[in-house]
Amino acid sequence: MIVIKDLHASVGGKEILKGLNLTINAGEVHAIMGPNGAGKSTLSNIIAGKDGYEVTSGSITYKNKDLLEMKPEERAWEGVFLAFQYPVEIPGVNNTYLLKAGVNAQRKHLGLEELDAMDFMQIVREKAKVVQLDPSFLSRSVNEGFSGGEKKRNEIFQMAVLNPSLALLDETDSGLDIDALRIVAGGVNTLRSSENAIVMVTHYQRLLNYIEPDFVHVLADGKILKTGDKSLALELEERGYDWVKHES
Amino acid sequence: MATNEEIKNDLAGKEYEAGFVTDIESDTYPPGLNEDTIRHISAKKDEPQWLLDWRLEAYRHWLTMEEPTWAAVDYEPTDYQSISYYSAPKPADSGPDSLDEVDPKLLETYDKLGIPLREQEFLAGVKNIAVDAVFDSVSVATTFKSKLHEAGVIFCPISEAVRDYPELVQQYLGTVVPQGDNFFAALNSAVFTDGSFVYIPKGVRCPMELSTYFRINALNTGQFERTLIIAAEGAYVSYLEGCTAPMRDENQLHAAVVELVVLDDAEIKYATVQNWYPGDENGVGGIYNFVTKRGECRGNRSKISWTQVETGSAITWKYPSCVLIGDDSVGKFHSVAVTTNCQQADTGTKMIHLGKNTKSTIISKGISAGRAQQSYRGLVKMGKGAENARNFTQCDSLLLGDKCGAHTFPYVEVKNATATLEHEATTSKIGEDQLFYCQQRGLSEEDAVNMIVNGFCKDVFDELPMEFAVEANRLMEVSLEGSVG
Repeated sequence: MIVIKDLHASVGGKEILKGLNLTINAGEVHAIMGPNGAGKSTLSNIIAGKDGYEVTSGSITYKNKDLLEMKPEERAWEGVFLAFQYPVEIPGVNNTYLLKAGVNAQRKHLGLEELDAMDFMQIVREKAKVVQLDPSFLSRSVNEGFSGGEKKRNEIFQMAVLNPSLALLDETDSGLDIDALRIVAGGVNTLRSSENAIVMVTHYQRLLNYIEPDFVHVLADGKILKTGDKSLALELEERGYDWVKHES
Repeated sequence: MATNEEIKNDLAGKEYEAGFVTDIESDTYPPGLNEDTIRHISAKKDEPQWLLDWRLEAYRHWLTMEEPTWAAVDYEPTDYQSISYYSAPKPADSGPDSLDEVDPKLLETYDKLGIPLREQEFLAGVKNIAVDAVFDSVSVATTFKSKLHEAGVIFCPISEAVRDYPELVQQYLGTVVPQGDNFFAALNSAVFTDGSFVYIPKGVRCPMELSTYFRINALNTGQFERTLIIAAEGAYVSYLEGCTAPMRDENQLHAAVVELVVLDDAEIKYATVQNWYPGDENGVGGIYNFVTKRGECRGNRSKISWTQVETGSAITWKYPSCVLIGDDSVGKFHSVAVTTNCQQADTGTKMIHLGKNTKSTIISKGISAGRAQQSYRGLVKMGKGAENARNFTQCDSLLLGDKCGAHTFPYVEVKNATATLEHEATTSKIGEDQLFYCQQRGLSEEDAVNMIVNGFCKDVFDELPMEFAVEANRLMEVSLEGSVG
């Protein structure tokens, strides 16, 4: 699905990623953990194509294409989805309207017919159930006046509608109470398939109790320092990150 | 992200769409302004003596006045002797009686602008709007006059109203905006040429939307239109105006006056989609839009609402106002103003509360891009008798890029302690985070900007009739094409 090779990237002249390697295949769920400032969000943002990051060397190959050459919207059309850590509010823009524009832009790109309002609403209502999103949220302005938990749920709802090949969940668990976490995780689990890959960026082992990863990576000092299975997350919870740094 | 080059190319493809010139023979006066010019205009229109006297009085007053300089706009002073004050497509000394008599070139012009003048096009059920089309100094066509007449509604060019309904015109003309009100209103009073006249009699709900479409075509010509709308007791009308002009390197002056009179329980909704030529990206050319619009809620429980979408003009100087005289009367002002490149706008409203329990709402949305400068200037005045009057004001500014500016000048005068005023103001930059969010969901950068901007303007667009809301959306897209990058 995606192969990241020796990726170096900086923000405002400061190098954040220092030779990161990562390969993710379809059907896999990866968790990326690591201390603050290690470059976890930088990695998600670079994959999604956010401005302001300079890739100085290395490559990202996604579905056999050079991902770094693609505009952010092209990446979205090709199935890259980022569930934001801090979803933005867009006053006056209807939640469903934004999503419909996105879905139809993607369909157009893929050479499919655009969905009409009726068909689209049917999909939307169905997917809203996945994260138990109250239908009233569909007609509200994007994230405006949503609580932290509602915003995160809205992200996973959008993911359900867009049905991405590669979903990046950037600290989707932070700020969620146990009930909300359970709902959001349940939503993600129903979207898991052999066709797609999910990458979770998180600080806490807690999320991994609900969404079981195939691989856990430790990202520190701009590199993947260690890779293991879900037991690594438990070890990190117990021992912190320093031992990983010393070990490598 | 789109490169600057790509954005420039996009921009080149989407220029000011209404910028063409109609090649039509015109009867245009030589430039210059003196009492003879005014006599000439008045004679051309076969006006009664009282109106000529009224014009001359305005002119003499104007000579004593100075052009205002308090607005936050910057331009070379206008040479009023270099402008022509009358231009009419030939032969059109008096308006044509039917569309068959209208020059096909004019019909084609309005076709190109998307303004349907042929009534049968409406009968197909597409739209239900009567149109008065004003080309330079004269009205060239007014549709649905007879159907409106059946309902008792008068909708005609003001020059025709002077001829056919002199008592009504004389009774109301200049009673809301007096001749000497301000520099541009005085000039307009002296030289106004055409515009629309609307009278909705007692208890009548106007059966269709009325609209006037203003087009400046001739070179070096000023347009000075005058619109007068009266809603008698219990009447209702929704009125729309649209404006365009060719692309030219010279600045052209548009100094209009609009007067609204609303009696007991009556309501006027007045919407403007202003798309005068804004000048090029270096600020060359464009219309100077110096307009006085004011309505008086004379009756109890009367209502006026101004809704404006302003995307055009090199300079806009305009403050549609409501004087709330009747008890329980209501004034509303909803505005979206877009300035790009080198456009300047100083716009806002005045809400003058005189009656008891009067209410006013001001929602102003300003969007600036390029090197444009925009100011909101608003006055809320609570007179001595304005018991329990209320005002709510909200001014939001959105900046695209870092070379443009937004300014807010709210003025408040309160002479009654029971009055309530609320004011909210925000200025925000269109967020890179918002743009990225939309792009991540699959929208192109341009589509994302349009969606965010339209969301920002939603409160105002909701006030427009359906077709105009769609038109407003489209206009914004064209105006802001390539503004972010």
